[in-house]
Amino acid sequence: MAADPLPTSHALPSPFSTSTTPLTLIAQGAEALLYHTTFLSPTTPCALKIRPAKPWRHPTLDKRLTRQRILAEARVLVKCLREGVAVPAVLGLDWETGWMAMQWIDGGSVKEAVRGRDVSVNGADGVLKGLMRRIGRAVGGLHAAGVVHGDLTTSNMMLRPIAGETADRLRGEIVLIDFGLATQTVQEEDRAVDLYVLERAFGSTHPREEGTFPEVLEGYREVFKGAKGTLRRLEEVRMRGRKKSMVG
Amino acid sequence: MESIVVPHLPAHTLHVGLFKDVENPTFLRQQLLEGNTDYQYAFADASMVASRQAVLAACSRAIDDSIFGRMKTRNLHSEIVFALSAINNISESFRRMGIQDTTKHVLAMKVLNESVTASQVDAFLGEHVHGTVVAFTDEELSSMQDVPRIRKIYKLPPAGKDKSAKTLSKTDEAIVIGSMALRGS
Ligand SMILES: Nc1ncnc2c1ncn2[C@@H]1O[C@H](COP(=O)(O)OP(=O)(O)O)[C@@H](O)[C@H]1O
Ligand SMILES: [Mg+2]
Repeated sequence: MAADPLPTSHALPSPFSTSTTPLTLIAQGAEALLYHTTFLSPTTPCALKIRPAKPWRHPTLDKRLTRQRILAEARVLVKCLREGVAVPAVLGLDWETGWMAMQWIDGGSVKEAVRGRDVSVNGADGVLKGLMRRIGRAVGGLHAAGVVHGDLTTSNMMLRPIAGETADRLRGEIVLIDFGLATQTVQEEDRAVDLYVLERAFGSTHPREEGTFPEVLEGYREVFKGAKGTLRRLEEVRMRGRKKSMVG
Repeated sequence: MESIVVPHLPAHTLHVGLFKDVENPTFLRQQLLEGNTDYQYAFADASMVASRQAVLAACSRAIDDSIFGRMKTRNLHSEIVFALSAINNISESFRRMGIQDTTKHVLAMKVLNESVTASQVDAFLGEHVHGTVVAFTDEELSSMQDVPRIRKIYKLPPAGKDKSAKTLSKTDEAIVIGSMALRGS
């Protein structure tokens, strides 16, 4: 996706524009800026997602889209919390000025962990497979809650260290983030596409580890009752994908 | 009692007093109803307060709404009580979250300004709220909470049968804060 140029720090909405607390820009996507800062108390780290106004859009439409997106993401996060899916908590938001403050998730992304894994140690494959299994369980739990993510990649999954566990990079709890494209749905097709997107993204981001992807589907099966139907549908989605890439 | 400055809102100092076993809730509530201008305070029923973090979230929301002229109630202090609620009905929100005649424990909050200092607030509350001041901590709050009612009002998922049902989990707290943030959306 081609990123439109975004106005930077001067676009911070109130009250962050007059903040005396540091805000560190972590990521700048096409639609949103993500800052690391604190919220509610100086010891509560937070991920602040800001959706700046897009000057090239009609102001009324822009306001409506910003509002919809902030609210859709926050609602899905709260729904996930209710259903016991591990996601960042929502600490605050303002749908008119376009920000949402979330709990900061410690640890790094799954992408970094897989890229930086030590393949030389004994049992490295087993540890990777364990991680893949946990990814599958996290996605299965999400789908069981009636939510599809819409942008499942290894950058949109964090690995939160578990207190007392060894500090191996591949261990830790999977926390799904970035629900900007998520929808609440009960459609098999949507779930299958969610998995397909992950499969494709995983293959291109981690070609060396691609062979372990079936572990994801195994973990998915373990926790989600409707897995059978979704996985059958996934076969169809793959076929369509192949045909498309032959034509295109 | 404690003064708190919330990150990103350096211009608004909050002053908070948590009172246990309050003897005069009816009198306090009456002052608010009559619009007694000495009582520019938010008085919440502490048994309904999920956590310290939830209080700070409500204060931030109310201040944010006041900055943009979006308050739904009379003033910043009533707006704080309203912001503790996850529903959009104002009078029902006050019945749930605000001080009632039957309230036992009171959380008093004030946003300080140039004309009133923390020590003046301490003196005023100390004189007029007849109860024991305790630290504004999650431990003290949890000893005051009506957990079944909090579960019901914020529609929290049912807790397990073990002793965890008697306290709120971190996830419960997160759901409360998230639902408050989504109020009115
Ligand atoms: N709650 C969080 N805790 C820690 N880091 C986060 C959190 N949310 C996002 N991030 C970091 O910011 C990046 C961008 O956030 P994301 O929600 O994925 O937005 P985008 O739509 O721009 O991809 C993530 O890849 C991650 O590194
Ligand atoms: Mg992302």
